[in-house]
Amino acid sequence: MRSEVRIQREDFDVAAEWAACRQRCGGRAGAVVAFGGLVRDRAGPEEVSGLHLEHYPGMTEASIKAIVAQAGTRWRLLDVLVVHRVGELPPQAQIVLVLVASSHRPDAYAASEYLMDYLKTDAVFWKKEQRPGGGVWVTATARDQARRAAWPPPA
Amino acid sequence: MTTTSPAATTVRFFGSLREAIGAEAVSVDFAGGTVATLKARLREQLPAAAAEAALAAGVQVAVDQVLAAGDDTPIAPGDEVALLPPVTGG
Repeated sequence: MRSEVRIQREDFDVAAEWAACRQRCGGRAGAVVAFGGLVRDRAGPEEVSGLHLEHYPGMTEASIKAIVAQAGTRWRLLDVLVVHRVGELPPQAQIVLVLVASSHRPDAYAASEYLMDYLKTDAVFWKKEQRPGGGVWVTATARDQARRAAWPPPA
Repeated sequence: MTTTSPAATTVRFFGSLREAIGAEAVSVDFAGGTVATLKARLREQLPAAAAEAALAAGVQVAVDQVLAAGDDTPIAPGDEVALLPPVTGG
């Protein structure tokens, strides 16, 4: 499995990443699944005017690589790319891209869901929503924790 | 502790903790020991409100960018130490 993790302030181009992934995989890939996370303009009833995202250079990359490696032991994957943005992001902006290629569809589907569930709870990022009353630091929700816990433990 | 002269350890803060403490890092007189001894030094050396935030439940300690397993995790002089409030990505 080839994998790559990028943390960046700049936006990313899903079509370009998709094409590059196809090229890397050649004829072995039968499926590519792409997940894109976006900045919502609301948190419940409250308006969100933007998101501040920060990371711990080095440790953040390592935390994502560990999640990707775990996915690589659970499914047969050809290529995994995780691009995660940091900095100040307005509503509608792209935050995260998870791109997974495999020979057969079920592996790429399951792995991409697994990667996002673990990114929510274990990836080293801190997120602050700008709301009308001021900034609010966001933490993984009980639903996020439940989704992560629903995966069988590592073999 | 066998050492007599205190050495300084830089402790980094992130997210809500960086904001609560009002600094990205502070220098703490700490010549190595464990997570527990570091926490004791922080309690002594930080202003009360900052210490409260730094030692709150849910804050994890990273030593050389690895999450400490518990209060008995060793910290050597020169180790990179950071305090991490609860994380969320995606």
